[in-house]
Amino acid sequence: MASDDAGGGPKGLAAFLALTVIVLVFAVATATAIGDYNIGLGTVFLSVTNELGLTGAEIAPIEQSVIWNLRLSRALVAALAGAGLALCGAILQALLRNALAEPFVLGVSAGASTGAVCVIVLGIGAGSLSLSLGAFAGAFAAFALVALLSNGATSGPNHTILAGVAASQLFNALTSYIVTTSGNAQQARDVMFWLLGSFGGVRWPDFQLLLAVVIVSFAVCIWMGRALDAFAFGDEDAAALGVPVGRVRLILFGVTALLTATIVSMVGAIGFVGLVVPHAARYVVGPLHLRLLPACAVVGAVFMVIADIVSRVVATQQTVPIGVVTALVGVPFFAIILYRARPQS
Amino acid sequence: MSVVAESLEWGVRRKPIVRDVSLSVAPGETLGLIGPNGSGKSSLLRLLAGLKRPQSGGVRINGQDIAQVSRKALSRQVAFVQQSAATDTNITVHDVVRLGRMPHRSALAGWSETDEAAVASALMRVDMTSRRAQPWQTLSGGERQRVHIARALAQTPQVMFLDEPTNHLDIHHQIEILRMVRDLDLTSVIALHDLNLAAMFCDRIVVLEAGAVRACGTPTEVLTQTLLRDVFRVSAQVSASEDADRPHIRYRVE
Ligand SMILES: Nc1ncnc2c1ncn2[C@@H]1O[C@H](COP(=O)(O)OP(=O)(O)OP(=O)(O)O)[C@@H](O)[C@H]1O
Ligand SMILES: [Mg+2]
Repeated sequence: MASDDAGGGPKGLAAFLALTVIVLVFAVATATAIGDYNIGLGTVFLSVTNELGLTGAEIAPIEQSVIWNLRLSRALVAALAGAGLALCGAILQALLRNALAEPFVLGVSAGASTGAVCVIVLGIGAGSLSLSLGAFAGAFAAFALVALLSNGATSGPNHTILAGVAASQLFNALTSYIVTTSGNAQQARDVMFWLLGSFGGVRWPDFQLLLAVVIVSFAVCIWMGRALDAFAFGDEDAAALGVPVGRVRLILFGVTALLTATIVSMVGAIGFVGLVVPHAARYVVGPLHLRLLPACAVVGAVFMVIADIVSRVVATQQTVPIGVVTALVGVPFFAIILYRARPQS
Repeated sequence: MSVVAESLEWGVRRKPIVRDVSLSVAPGETLGLIGPNGSGKSSLLRLLAGLKRPQSGGVRINGQDIAQVSRKALSRQVAFVQQSAATDTNITVHDVVRLGRMPHRSALAGWSETDEAAVASALMRVDMTSRRAQPWQTLSGGERQRVHIARALAQTPQVMFLDEPTNHLDIHHQIEILRMVRDLDLTSVIALHDLNLAAMFCDRIVVLEAGAVRACGTPTEVLTQTLLRDVFRVSAQVSASEDADRPHIRYRVE
């Protein structure tokens, strides 16, 4: 695919993708192997091939169950979430022509938090399903507000970012208001933990849903990859090259909102992946999107799985919220971007 | 292909910017668009290229109303070179020019020999072949402008709108680019500030003043001492050059 859009050669891209996928497989295996109860890597691979009916090795049922039912689904959801957030970041950076754009600039995460808090604290609905639904509804409410504030798809990129900032402030204020006026200490802690993100408790149904959303989004983004390249010199220039600018913006904002909302409602608001990964990937494969988007997906997946591993091993007997880990890596990177993006004198 | 505009009107809020502009460009003709700063040249070019929607009136290219044509179909025939283009993307000259092939390719189509030939010839025409691997960010102002013209050429358009294509170019490239556009088999509308260049390379000239057409005709008909004084507020001496149709302007400071 896209062999023609060679900046560094199609072979280079294929090799990079292959290498990253191998790293991803081992990262997922490692994430599955380690935990309160460590399991050998060999057992992990055998257990998976057993489940797929390829082998019939003897594995203790308890290990089989831990691997398959708890850890593998978690690791795979982490991979998909990383891929999805990185994809969103790449799309938004192109559409908004802003190196600092990331999935949450559309206010989606703030909206999701408010939705989740409504469920946790105000008890609107009950149970984990409605928490996800609340987050999802909040995310889309925020997106709709941003779309409204920035007059749909017609206004310029800065307008959209400002609208996103305003929506984030509004929803964050709402979240704090609800927590401080109605919540107790335990609820505040729950909310806090949820806001920082966690892969605890994700299971196969989450994986299936996320897989479907990521695949569809990825396909749409690839389909519009060339159009995204045309945005390099601005909306009007893209239009002059035959891109139906309004439609492309609307569809891609919609895809980003859907993807971010799905991820946030499942695992919380995990920052910085969407910001950091596209820049790193661009550094390796260049700015053209038919190369950049696949690279973002695999690098994002690896980044998130590794962050998940770190979050589980860095403090004994405790899982550090994943958002803390990604931010600890992300903030220094952000500083480097800021430093390099300063106006050249 | 011919370009015909009929009573175009465009403005922002209650301020009219393009006022009742009608013009027609014959196939293969090179039309110059001149006028003082803010007279509406760029706005008019955008309307002609279909990048802005007129509040009333319409544009027909080759007899077809451009409002009825899809963006992509239009961009196969019409190229637009902006007055200034900028990007933060770290993209190479070659990749910028390849963007020009986008109208001719489907979303995932491969890179064909026709595409490669169009890009190669476009780079050659603007004298940038040897710079194809250079990052856009590191180009000089004039080089950027030439790359943008190359991108428009790579679109293999039949109609080209150029907004001050020569304003950063050295005199050699000003003349070469305008000569090339004139000699190519395409219809073009060029906004220019250098009136002598307009006189040298345009078949006809339209003068805009405050958004309306002030004069229209061959360079000799249009570029008169009176018009230069009234529209551009300069006193100048207009003399006939060897070519009777191409007057030469010498400005005077009193
Ligand atoms: N979107 C807009 N909002 C408000 N005013 C505008 C807008 N677009 C153009 N104008 C105004 O319309 C007038 C014409 O602008 P335009 O860019 O067409 O001029 P121009 O003839 O190309 O000038 P120049 O020679 O400086 O390039 C200017 O006074 C400009 O300020
Ligand atoms: Mg202008």
